[in-house]
Amino acid sequence: MESLIGLLVGAPLFGAAVLLLGGRRLDRVGHWLATGLAAVSFVLAVVLFFDLLEKEGEDRALHQHLFSWVPVADFQADVAFQLDQLSMTFVLLITSVGTLIHLYSVGYMEHDERRRRFFAYLNLFLGAMLLLVLADNYLLLYVGWEGVGLASFLLIGFWQHKPTAATAAKKAFVVNRVGDVGLAIAILLMFTTFGSFAFEPVLGSATEASEATLTGIGLMLLLAACGKSAQVPLQSWLGDAMEGPTPVSALIHAATMVTAGVYLITRSGAIFNAAPDAQTVVVVVGAVTLLFGAIVGCAKDDIKKALAGSTMSQIGYMMLATGLGPIGYVFAIMHLVTHGFFKAGLFLGAGSVMHGMNDEVDMRRYGGLRKHMPITFVTFGLAYLAIIGFPYLSGFFSKDEIIYAGFSKGGTEGWILGGVMLLGAALTAYYMTRIMLMTFFGEKRWQPDANGHEPHPHESPLSMTIPMIVLAFGSVFAGFLFDSGEAFVHWLEPVTGLEHGDSPVSHGTVGLAATGVMLLGVAGAWWQYGRRPVPAVAPTGGLLTRAARRDLLQDDFNHAAFVTPGNYLTRGLVYLDHKLVDGVVNGTAASFGGLSGRLRRIQNGFARSYAVSMFGGAALLVAATLLMRAV
Amino acid sequence: MSPENYLYLAALLFTLGACGVLLRRNAIVVFMSIELMLNAANLALVAFSRMHGNLDGQIMAFFVMVVAAAEVVVGLAIIVMVYRARHSASVDDASLMKL
Amino acid sequence: MSGLAALAAETSTSTGEAVQFWLLGPLAVAGGIGTIMMRRAVYSALCLAGTMVILALFYLANGAYFLGMVQIVVYTGAVMMLFLFVLMLIGVSAADSLKETLLGQRWLAAGCGLGLGILLIAGIGQASVGSFTGLSEANAGGNVQGLASLLFTRYVVAFEVTGILLTIAAVGATLLTHRERIDRTKSQREQAEERVRSGKQLPPLPAPGVYARHNAVDLPGLLPDGTPSELTVNSTLRSRGQVREVHGQAVRDVAALEGRTARYHGQRYVNEKAAPGVNGSAVDEAEAPAEEDPK
Repeated sequence: MESLIGLLVGAPLFGAAVLLLGGRRLDRVGHWLATGLAAVSFVLAVVLFFDLLEKEGEDRALHQHLFSWVPVADFQADVAFQLDQLSMTFVLLITSVGTLIHLYSVGYMEHDERRRRFFAYLNLFLGAMLLLVLADNYLLLYVGWEGVGLASFLLIGFWQHKPTAATAAKKAFVVNRVGDVGLAIAILLMFTTFGSFAFEPVLGSATEASEATLTGIGLMLLLAACGKSAQVPLQSWLGDAMEGPTPVSALIHAATMVTAGVYLITRSGAIFNAAPDAQTVVVVVGAVTLLFGAIVGCAKDDIKKALAGSTMSQIGYMMLATGLGPIGYVFAIMHLVTHGFFKAGLFLGAGSVMHGMNDEVDMRRYGGLRKHMPITFVTFGLAYLAIIGFPYLSGFFSKDEIIYAGFSKGGTEGWILGGVMLLGAALTAYYMTRIMLMTFFGEKRWQPDANGHEPHPHESPLSMTIPMIVLAFGSVFAGFLFDSGEAFVHWLEPVTGLEHGDSPVSHGTVGLAATGVMLLGVAGAWWQYGRRPVPAVAPTGGLLTRAARRDLLQDDFNHAAFVTPGNYLTRGLVYLDHKLVDGVVNGTAASFGGLSGRLRRIQNGFARSYAVSMFGGAALLVAATLLMRAV
Repeated sequence: MSPENYLYLAALLFTLGACGVLLRRNAIVVFMSIELMLNAANLALVAFSRMHGNLDGQIMAFFVMVVAAAEVVVGLAIIVMVYRARHSASVDDASLMKL
Repeated sequence: MSGLAALAAETSTSTGEAVQFWLLGPLAVAGGIGTIMMRRAVYSALCLAGTMVILALFYLANGAYFLGMVQIVVYTGAVMMLFLFVLMLIGVSAADSLKETLLGQRWLAAGCGLGLGILLIAGIGQASVGSFTGLSEANAGGNVQGLASLLFTRYVVAFEVTGILLTIAAVGATLLTHRERIDRTKSQREQAEERVRSGKQLPPLPAPGVYARHNAVDLPGLLPDGTPSELTVNSTLRSRGQVREVHGQAVRDVAALEGRTARYHGQRYVNEKAAPGVNGSAVDEAEAPAEEDPK
């Protein structure tokens, strides 16, 4: 059974290699090959899943040691896999959503002449992501981490002929580098502290290290997670990343890759549990991002960017939950999985809408689409209900659990966290209803595009609708399945641990409150966008709206805080280089040059002058000899 | 008379030859000054030979003569060539060893 | 020869040798000074030859009979003659200017020479050899035999090498002075045609001393009107300014003779009145009035 793990990772990587190296002759079959290999991974994952189910709770882990990567004395880097319940959850999510999105892309990218390359990158991403979640040490995890970063970069900039896409890809890459440095430092710290970077020795002996060290490692891990999961302060790349093809947004920037940060923190739970300060920072980051993303999502007219804000916000929920420690890990992962389903569904729906609307992304030019694309409307609607936490849909279970966990933190903290999350839930309901109303309800507002083509909204082909339908099913039933008999909690508990805090409010009350604020949000959105026609041109709006449209000034802040001082620093260094370094170098050269120019006069070319120096030298030698004899 | 006087004479002639090399511009005269220096050295060698009571010094002087003969042949050939090319036998005219 | 051998055999110098040294030594120094001070290179060469002969005598006095002879035969006889050959080849007449052109060269040279000389003499004085062994023992079997036995035993390799060196020097000198012909030798006919084409004077130049009383190469020939002709004197002599002047009386005599001849034939001699004007500075008024040849 263990050997299947390597195959699981290898299949998509093999696909990527074949597609990238195979050349043009694979253009006709490349996408089906990639989809097939993704499906192979999924089947293998299911087989392994049932294999795990047969084992007892504590022993549900498979290990496979492939080969020694860097065996140098104490530095032992192995390529080895570890498949436990946490990894299994991710593997199932990645391969299932991945396969569906491969299938969807077959239709979505049908007319793109570089489709083979696109599928190669998708496969590369799948392989790298599986490597990330299956690695049994941090170094191999880092390889996967960089691999998904690379795939993300390649896919955001896939339409590189668009300057915006190329810039967005670069931005994502650079911002991610900041986080990656954090991960690198964390791994180095682990190695110096524990003498290893494999999960087992590091996490097993986490409590032996000093708390300060653990806090340092934790904060560095958090930095890495912030970069990959688009959390404040490294959130700025996610919105721009929507320049990539929509399947990419669905797979990488909604369902899987951006949740890698949550995986990293959950996996390193032992370190965070022993470092309360780091946990507090995680909670704060999560809470801030939660509201930040929600506010941005409320203001955006670009459907994908609004959804990107929502993604940020939802990952903020997960982050917050992981920051709560054993109270929240399970629910963070649970929300991650349900979010993977419904957010992927939402993105695929958005892609389907764009597909039918000549790639228009401005929601103010949609309107009334429910009649033209019924399947998209229904699946999008179900995912919508799931995300706003409509009772007994998947989002309801997972989000309520997180809010309850927040209250369980206890004390003032618990009230603050619970309140923030309820506010977030209201905002979620508001912006999602806004998207729903602007896109599918009301009058049609579409206009001819720049080339004079009137869009003719139509339902997407079968290869696109099937994944949407499957994901809609997931969105509806996943939460119910997970929650029935607390199956998911029992499944993950051996890995992450579970505690029950003492919540000042009961479970039912939280559910009621969440539903209440959800209804409030929906009503607010209906009040603003449902009662009267949506203006085709965005109104100026208040200060907050305008700031939110600019992503709450994140880019302005980054520019002012990093780019401008960086420019000044560079200019200063250039000045120093010119004046000081070059001055010293040029001055030395000039002084030698001048000295040589003066010495050159001695070399006048007359043989007799040279003869004088020769005889003078001879005389000196004789003098020296006599002197030595005298002495 | 002390036989050292030969050595003093040799030193004097050698110095005279050196001054000739430094002062004269005609390449042939310079060359002759060099010959004067060689002869001075030969005189010293012969005097040494007598002082030490063996013939090695004379052998050295003999070799100096042979080498001087070879040197004269090549040197004069060079002077003739230079004169042909530049129509001058002045060592100052051939001052191309500078920028 | 036996006297000289006896001289060398002594462990201290004889009075005769001292006399010889004090007579010839200053002469040798004078020759050296002459070598470096003479303006004409030929004189320098002669001074050097003199010094070398004196040195040969000193060699003999020091028991180096073979070297003494070699010095005279090879050095003074062959090498110095080679110098003179080259001097003739590149122009013997021009005297060197002794004016120094390099800034400070004379002072530097004087300083170096003086310093070197003083130091050498001081060094020799310090070495203070005192008495010396003498060559009577070494020269017992004859100086040449002694040298030969050393040369062909201990110094045989050096001897062979110097042989090679001499061969190379000879070949090298040949190679250096050799000039490769790069064009075909012109035939006599081609040379003649070339001369006609260039429009130079075709027949031989007029000989010197024509119409003159003297028959020396440095006397210009006189034209019929009594003026001297430049063409009659060798151009080398002309450029050196070694043309002798024609005496004014001779010029006048020629003019009078020509005038009488003309009158005898009933012709009018055009230059009759001008003739007395032709005086000693005939060379300066060198324009030959050839076109006024009387008929």
